[in-house]
Amino acid sequence: MDPGFLLVQSLSGLASASSLFVIASGLTLVFGVTRIVNFAHGSFYMLGAYIAVTVVPWLLELDRSPWLFFAGVLLSALAVGLLGVAMELLLLRRIYKVPELFQLLATFGVVLMVQDAVLWIWGPVDITGPRAPGLRHGVEILDQRFPAYELFLIFVGPAVLGLLWLLMHRTRFGILIRAATRDREMVGALGVNQALLFTATLFLGAFLAGLGGALQIPRVSASAQMDLSIITEVFVVTVIGGMGSVTGAFLAALLIGQLQAFGVLIFPKITLVLVFVLMAAVLVVKPWGLLGRPEPAAGRAALPEGILHPRRFGVVEGTIAMLAVATAFVLPLFADAYTLKVATEVLVLALAAFSLNFLVGNGGIVSFGHAAYFGLGAYAAGLLVTRLGVPMEPALVAAPLAGAFFAALFGFFVVRLSGIYLAMLTLAFAQIAYAVCFQWVEVTGGDNGVVGVWPSPWAASRQVYFYVVAVCAVAGIAAMRHVIYAPFGATLRAARDSEVRADAIGVDVRTHRWLGFTLAGAAAGLAGGLYAFSKGSMDPTLLGIPTSVDFLAMILLGGIQTVMGPVIGAAAFHSIKDVFMPLTDYWRFFLGASIIALVLIFPRGLGGAYGKLRGSRPVQHA
Amino acid sequence: MTLLRVEGLSKRFGGVVAARDVSFDLGPGEMLAIIGPNGAGKSTTFNMVGGQLRPDSGRVVLEGAEITGRPPRAVCRLGVGRTFQVAQTFLSMSVAQNVQMALIARAGRTRDLFAQADALYRDGALALLDRVGMRSEADRPIGELAYGDVKRVELAVALAASPRLLLMDEPTAGMAPRERAGLMQLTASIARERSIGVLFTEHDMDAVFAHADRILVLVRGEIIAAGTPEEVRADEQVKRVYLGTTGHRAALRARKATHG
Repeated sequence: MDPGFLLVQSLSGLASASSLFVIASGLTLVFGVTRIVNFAHGSFYMLGAYIAVTVVPWLLELDRSPWLFFAGVLLSALAVGLLGVAMELLLLRRIYKVPELFQLLATFGVVLMVQDAVLWIWGPVDITGPRAPGLRHGVEILDQRFPAYELFLIFVGPAVLGLLWLLMHRTRFGILIRAATRDREMVGALGVNQALLFTATLFLGAFLAGLGGALQIPRVSASAQMDLSIITEVFVVTVIGGMGSVTGAFLAALLIGQLQAFGVLIFPKITLVLVFVLMAAVLVVKPWGLLGRPEPAAGRAALPEGILHPRRFGVVEGTIAMLAVATAFVLPLFADAYTLKVATEVLVLALAAFSLNFLVGNGGIVSFGHAAYFGLGAYAAGLLVTRLGVPMEPALVAAPLAGAFFAALFGFFVVRLSGIYLAMLTLAFAQIAYAVCFQWVEVTGGDNGVVGVWPSPWAASRQVYFYVVAVCAVAGIAAMRHVIYAPFGATLRAARDSEVRADAIGVDVRTHRWLGFTLAGAAAGLAGGLYAFSKGSMDPTLLGIPTSVDFLAMILLGGIQTVMGPVIGAAAFHSIKDVFMPLTDYWRFFLGASIIALVLIFPRGLGGAYGKLRGSRPVQHA
Repeated sequence: MTLLRVEGLSKRFGGVVAARDVSFDLGPGEMLAIIGPNGAGKSTTFNMVGGQLRPDSGRVVLEGAEITGRPPRAVCRLGVGRTFQVAQTFLSMSVAQNVQMALIARAGRTRDLFAQADALYRDGALALLDRVGMRSEADRPIGELAYGDVKRVELAVALAASPRLLLMDEPTAGMAPRERAGLMQLTASIARERSIGVLFTEHDMDAVFAHADRILVLVRGEIIAAGTPEEVRADEQVKRVYLGTTGHRAALRARKATHG
């Protein structure tokens, strides 16, 4: 191949690595100090771009000088930094002590709110930014033209790395950041003003995200989808580099930049899969990333956030459950079509949410990408029906098998990690599944998805199909519920409570978690298959982050420490969403605000409230 | 007959030699204490025997079978029970459920999807709890117990594996003085009645000199003395580097208290 072409390809890889690093360094710094993985980091990036496309043209009106362009970029980054301060003061400060699942959800609430705020302020149309004066030309490199602006970007990354190094090693603030990354409690014990340190760190982190976004405006137009697409890439960079390590993020960004630049040449379709293979390989060898350190072990054992004592049904609960099942089975006799549609969806979602809480509440495995198994189940069933003409019945058997297969495949890597690393890895896997469904147009229909996924003739009526769903969902939930009380479920709880103790009594913790992950994936896959037939179609949003977050919101609303809470949560969440979505264009804003409110004031959910009502009874024995 | 044979275990962390050529034997029913100042390599040696750490060199042989570098779960299945410096229990479970869980694991039924976990091995768990004096607390959440009682439950959990060797890392750390003597007494009597070899580390000299059959003294990763409590107490080097004069007096006092 032409050496000039290879060089240019490599340079463009360096340019994207540079941009990626600027953004990822902010995320990794914030994580190092606050131990919060800030989903809203992608939103800061997006805001940086939007503010820049507003401010920079206005400045360039005054004088078309490169200085004003970069002044505008810095100004945008500073504005985003201040938004970071606002987020720290208003939200993060209240959630430093809550479990990481709640932290992730709360920052995702911010993502949703920012999305609608951006739509409201800037409208739904993408905005193209101005090009940088003085850097609009191309440079000849070995007979290839290379944009001067990209060349400039290549130097931004190392410059930011150098400045951060000076900050971290030559200023008191930087030394405190490093100290807090190593041992937050010790820094607190030394009498450092933690509130100020955290606020300043958030400013720096958001500033870097905003800078990354603002620097992108000559290359990409500002759009409302930037936040989630960048956050996945940035998560991958920080996980590979090691959470909290700025230098690690730099190395990881370089690796990924080159991998993508050359991967496109060899496997144009599956660059994302290459990134995933790299991440999986790194995590198997170094579970804390290239330059990361293991989480310092918690000094004192704390009661886990999850199912504590799986209570058996008493008379009241038994009656309620019987009534609920009975209602479900007579519903088609009098319900109108719309109610029946909502009820079908509630049952499907209840099964998916229950399977998620089997992992989160019972196993302490915080999956942030459970939608992947739901969506893959839907795609497996739907593609079998539409592409191969397989009838509904075998397709509905294939759905849980597909869910289980991919859960086993991804889970093999996932269970090697724990805590926040695990959550981010599940998210990354889900994004890869999403990207494959999105990009593999010939098979999956891409963005439009696949239509014509209809049930077999005997189950074609809404009433009959409702019964199909009801039988499958109730059976699925009952079976998983049984497993929670069985030795396998108890073993997962034991491993969650104390991995060291479980290991010492002879339990192979990793294998059990892997099996649990696979089982939950199967149930989610079944739910996905049922969903595809109820809609008659499927599309990539089924696997998206918002769907995963919906599931998490359901179990949170229902109460993750209860066995049956997810079912109630799914019913409540879906009904509320169904009522509110048509009322406003800005439902995401309200959903985000509700999630934050749930985390802040109602963290035990509806199930927790019920438990309180019934009084906490001691563990019952036969 | 030898239950546990440790030959030439060494471990370095960077430039620090945490254990150098540590060798000892332990017989069934014998209580062997490892003592030494902080940082002497007690926990390192201990974790190499229990499988939490892989030694750089040396062998750990349990009843003729080499277990060097095997993971803790495998070591457990070969008959080694373990308690930790900071008690490790299943906090969401009741006292009985903690022991039942260990019995379920012992029976290899952790993947059972059908049985009711609460109903399995309850009698066995209650019998073990009875042996450690915690029968009356069986249905309380373990998180509600006093720390000394948690340590007793942890002992029952370790015994659930029907171990031939018990590894106890600072069994009495964090306990009230009166509870300490009780726990050590209990451990010693169980060890003798079931012919379980006990390897323990301990800071409390009263506990060591009252209950150990033999003592190893580790200093900077090396064994500087080994022998019966009397021999160790009489050892001039041990006196100088570790026990000091107060420790020596404590040792005499403890010995008198138990053996008259």
